Amino acid sequence: MERETRTEENPGHGPTLPYTKTLLEHFVNPRNVGELSEEETDGFGLVGDPSCGDQMKLWISVSDERIEKIAFKSFGCPGAIATSSALTTLAEGRTLEEARRITDDDVIELLGGIPGHKRHCSLLGVRALQAALEDREQRLQQKATQP
Amino acid sequence: MIYLDHNATTPLHPQVLEAMVTCLQEHWGNPSSPHSLGNQARMVMQEARARIAESVGCEPSEVVFCSSGTEADNLALRGVARALRARGNHIVTTAIEHHAVLHTCDALQEEGFRVTRVPVDPQGVVDLKALNQSLTDQTILISVMHANNETGVLQPVEEIAEMAARREIPFHVDAVQTVGKLPFRLPDLRAGLVSLSAHKFYGPRGAAALIVREGTPLRPILTGGSHEHGQRAGTENLAGLVGLAKALELAVQDASEEGRRLTALRDDLEARLLSSIPEIRINGAQARRVPNTSNVTFPGVDGESIILGLDLAGICVSTGSACSTGEPEPSHVLREMGVSRRDAQGSIRLSLGRGTRQEDLDLTVKALTDTVARLRRITSV
Repeated sequence: MERETRTEENPGHGPTLPYTKTLLEHFVNPRNVGELSEEETDGFGLVGDPSCGDQMKLWISVSDERIEKIAFKSFGCPGAIATSSALTTLAEGRTLEEARRITDDDVIELLGGIPGHKRHCSLLGVRALQAALEDREQRLQQKATQP
Repeated sequence: MIYLDHNATTPLHPQVLEAMVTCLQEHWGNPSSPHSLGNQARMVMQEARARIAESVGCEPSEVVFCSSGTEADNLALRGVARALRARGNHIVTTAIEHHAVLHTCDALQEEGFRVTRVPVDPQGVVDLKALNQSLTDQTILISVMHANNETGVLQPVEEIAEMAARREIPFHVDAVQTVGKLPFRLPDLRAGLVSLSAHKFYGPRGAAALIVREGTPLRPILTGGSHEHGQRAGTENLAGLVGLAKALELAVQDASEEGRRLTALRDDLEARLLSSIPEIRINGAQARRVPNTSNVTFPGVDGESIILGLDLAGICVSTGSACSTGEPEPSHVLREMGVSRRDAQGSIRLSLGRGTRQEDLDLTVKALTDTVARLRRITSV
């Protein structure tokens, strides 16, 4: 298991928690929580982590090949909630091409690190975003084939 | 800081610390040494052993000092299994035991023993009928915990002792969560073997005991010198033994009064949680429980997130959540009671103790209400 080093982010006083200040901030005040309406939604992703029971739903609204709006809901541990929130801030306003290239390492970097046993949580958001992007492709194809 | 995790461990009682420091400074001799320093240490040890025996109601020669509750459980299970291998190969336990018992049973199974893990009802009480039916001529040991560590639910050990006695099967009770919490004497339990651990009742870590009643067959698992009547080799942790004796004496003294105080506080806490937070459930609430424990399910939210929310508010509670430990399943105890996987994941344990005051619980109710409401706004289920 990776050990957290004490940095400016994680000074080691206050409650001694294995999380960085940035991660705790995303846990307490997660960004983009909620759902998009049916009309707004261009893509939707639902993923679960079978190893720990966590679940995430993610909605995107696309305009000019950019993610204009993004929203999520998560059931899970602090790592799942914070990484979901961080992922939405990384994806918001990005082109679809840029959004496809977001990795779990990008999420972890934004949060200033994550305890080793929580690494798998950071994949939840990334996978939900990929699922939403794929869902959008399918919706477009369906539209194209419909008369 | 508000500490509501007394089933995990308790702070050292100041009088226990004092007794231990005196022992460490003045009685540091080896009780097995043949000189005056050794004699002095041996006398301190004998006195501590006598006080432990007096506190629980057994003979000093029946106290086998160990390093942990886990070791006491290991000694009981492996010790009896080895002693009675010629008589049979069947061990009966419950599905909600502590891992110290369950994983030791797994290990014994690999050695060729057959293990029955008797299920519990939705309140977390072992199915007596199923337990009775599982007993055979091959059964050489029954091991049942006195109270469950996660729910506080008491098991019908008196009835099980009766069944064991009828068939002359040795009976082990893991009483780690009840010694010091309930006012009982060992003769009431009628068990051949009883595990207890000092740090659950304001004593030190590293000090525990297996009470082995006269006539119970047992083979040691640690071999070496003739310490602990030949049942557990190794130079004694004398300060730990002294701390255990002192902590036990103090805990037994006020177990009745403290039990009534904690029951009132716990029941009030549960009533207020039920009225302030929708859809929650108290696990095992209909069963007899130890006074200090409350296990609560908050559907739709994750237990570990609740714990962090409370921690940020200065309140320490715990859970057996899957994500924190990397275990594939959350709380085997709740799952055995029929709680869904997701609800088990959304459950926390509050365990009160000597330092808990009404004000602490007022703050806890408020912090829990806020945290759960916030997490429910985020949740996807």
